[in-house]
Amino acid sequence: MNTIEAMPPESASDTGSPTGTSPRSLISIKSVSKVYPNGTEAVRKVSLEVPGRPQFISLLGPSGCGKSTLLRMISGLERHTGGGIDWPTTPYDSKGRPLAEIGFVFQEPTLMPWASVFDNVYLPLRLKKHKKAVVRDQVMDALRMVGLEKFADSYPRELSGGMKMRVSIARALATRPKVLLMDEPFAALDEITRLKLNNDLLSLWEKQRLTVIFVTHSVFESAYLSDRIIVMAARPGRVIADIGIDAPYPRTEAYRTSSAYNEYCKEVSGLLKQAMAGVEDEH
Amino acid sequence: MDAMEQLAAPEPEDDAETPVAANGDRIRAVVHNVAFQMAPVIFGCLLLAVWEILVRINHVPPYILPGPLLIAETLYKDFGTLFPSLLITFRITVVAFAMAAIGGLLLGMLFASSRWIERSLFPYAVVLQVTPIVAIAPLIIIWAKDTQLALLICAWLVAFFPVVSNTAVGLNSTDRNLTQLFHLYGASKFQTMWMLKLPASMPYYLAGLRIAGGLALIGAVVAEFVAGTGGTQSGLAYRILEAGYRLQIPRMFAALVLISLTGVLIFAALSLLSRLILRKWHESAAGGH
Ligand SMILES: Nc1ncnc2c1ncn2[C@@H]1O[C@H](COP(=O)(O)OP(=O)(O)O)[C@@H](O)[C@H]1O
Ligand SMILES: [Mg+2]
Repeated sequence: MNTIEAMPPESASDTGSPTGTSPRSLISIKSVSKVYPNGTEAVRKVSLEVPGRPQFISLLGPSGCGKSTLLRMISGLERHTGGGIDWPTTPYDSKGRPLAEIGFVFQEPTLMPWASVFDNVYLPLRLKKHKKAVVRDQVMDALRMVGLEKFADSYPRELSGGMKMRVSIARALATRPKVLLMDEPFAALDEITRLKLNNDLLSLWEKQRLTVIFVTHSVFESAYLSDRIIVMAARPGRVIADIGIDAPYPRTEAYRTSSAYNEYCKEVSGLLKQAMAGVEDEH
Repeated sequence: MDAMEQLAAPEPEDDAETPVAANGDRIRAVVHNVAFQMAPVIFGCLLLAVWEILVRINHVPPYILPGPLLIAETLYKDFGTLFPSLLITFRITVVAFAMAAIGGLLLGMLFASSRWIERSLFPYAVVLQVTPIVAIAPLIIIWAKDTQLALLICAWLVAFFPVVSNTAVGLNSTDRNLTQLFHLYGASKFQTMWMLKLPASMPYYLAGLRIAGGLALIGAVVAEFVAGTGGTQSGLAYRILEAGYRLQIPRMFAALVLISLTGVLIFAALSLLSRLILRKWHESAAGGH
């Protein structure tokens, strides 16, 4: 009962969506594996359907279970060594890369210290050869979404850790992506800043209608944010559960103290313990 | 909600003054600060005074060790001879430095762009660097048609290496995640070099320039010592040699003072340039290294 592979989404089916059902997935991940050149098997046969309607998906698991590897394979930063990742509704370029607008947020803000906040957010558009004057409003929109429009001319070293993270999120949103991939984005922040950014991210997600895939190792964070949690186990990295969180949005502080939230936390904690137990057995 | 906003507010500026309770404390703090800034000047004056007194008390003859006052007087009297020589040395230094700054950047970029090129060429750059310039200078002086050109090549050879190696290190020190971000957005090689690697290597490059500035001067002076030729185009090193032959020791010291001042000036100018460029983003510039 260690590997439950290719578990279908349960309550996360499209029935909960106000926009109705979409027959085709946005991303279709089938039995994807990754073995690094040094022989580390980071991910084994992970299957996952990301539906066309915007979902907030958390990848939850102990460190080393391949969450980052999976996220990087979805983004195209890393090649998978087995299985397939398809974007059924997205056109592909001549090199076989999906022409999907993807935003990526790392654990560190990863800003260019020599560039202003505006220029940092403008970067993805600049790399796609958009003239600054043409996309100025688009950049300012992204900054407005994270509440930093007043800091466009500041430099990263003048900002606090939380603000730098917001700039990083604004940069990921600048190209108006359909998918936002986030790799433990708030893990390095203090508790109060993290809670605030959680709320801001949620309201942003509800307004922008984009798909978020959010890597975290915090049960509480994933149960608060997501409408679907993928629980992963390590050695080798695999999916052991795929559960829906049926609490309605917008979620507020009231949800954090509700019994439904507590139940979900308990359930997910149990699954996570199961995931960790598998590792200890091997030692 | 307001409390949250407060937490997200930017950190206060480094130089923001903390309110001081008593006025007396503030004055004391200012005096202390000024004294701290002036410390090297005060120490220098003390040293010069002791030097002058010792020379006078012990009746040391000027051809062994002139006192600072005599050196200053000589500097003033011989300025007409020394200053044109200073200009010649300075010109060689500046041209050699500029060539090192540009050539070093280009070669550093070449090294960073191909591991094969770096692997093939870097050992020879090291060989050139560790071979003392005094040992190579005679050869260069023989090969080059013109002494001025020979001096220029020597100064350039010494100044070149720190720029190349610093640039290569800087270009390869780019943040890994930023590099991946560029990759994710399909950046071309040129875009990655121009928008990421070059700016990221700036602090390293500028540190290389600061070293190169001093070395270019040393190279120019050492090479002229080796060349030992005079004539219409003689620089400060030749003036020192000449004064030595004629036992005009105060004049030797005066030339030495000019060389040191030039070195300090070059270093200060390059430090200022580096601070101006890095002001907005680099910690060492903000902290005032
Ligand atoms: N570039 C790499 N080369 C070799 N092994 C790697 C590499 N990146 C990650 N790994 C290994 O793959 C496993 C999964 O790593 P990762 O995806 O970073 O896990 P997580 O993000 O869940 O902590 C770990 O055992 C890690 O040591
Ligand atoms: Mg990780």
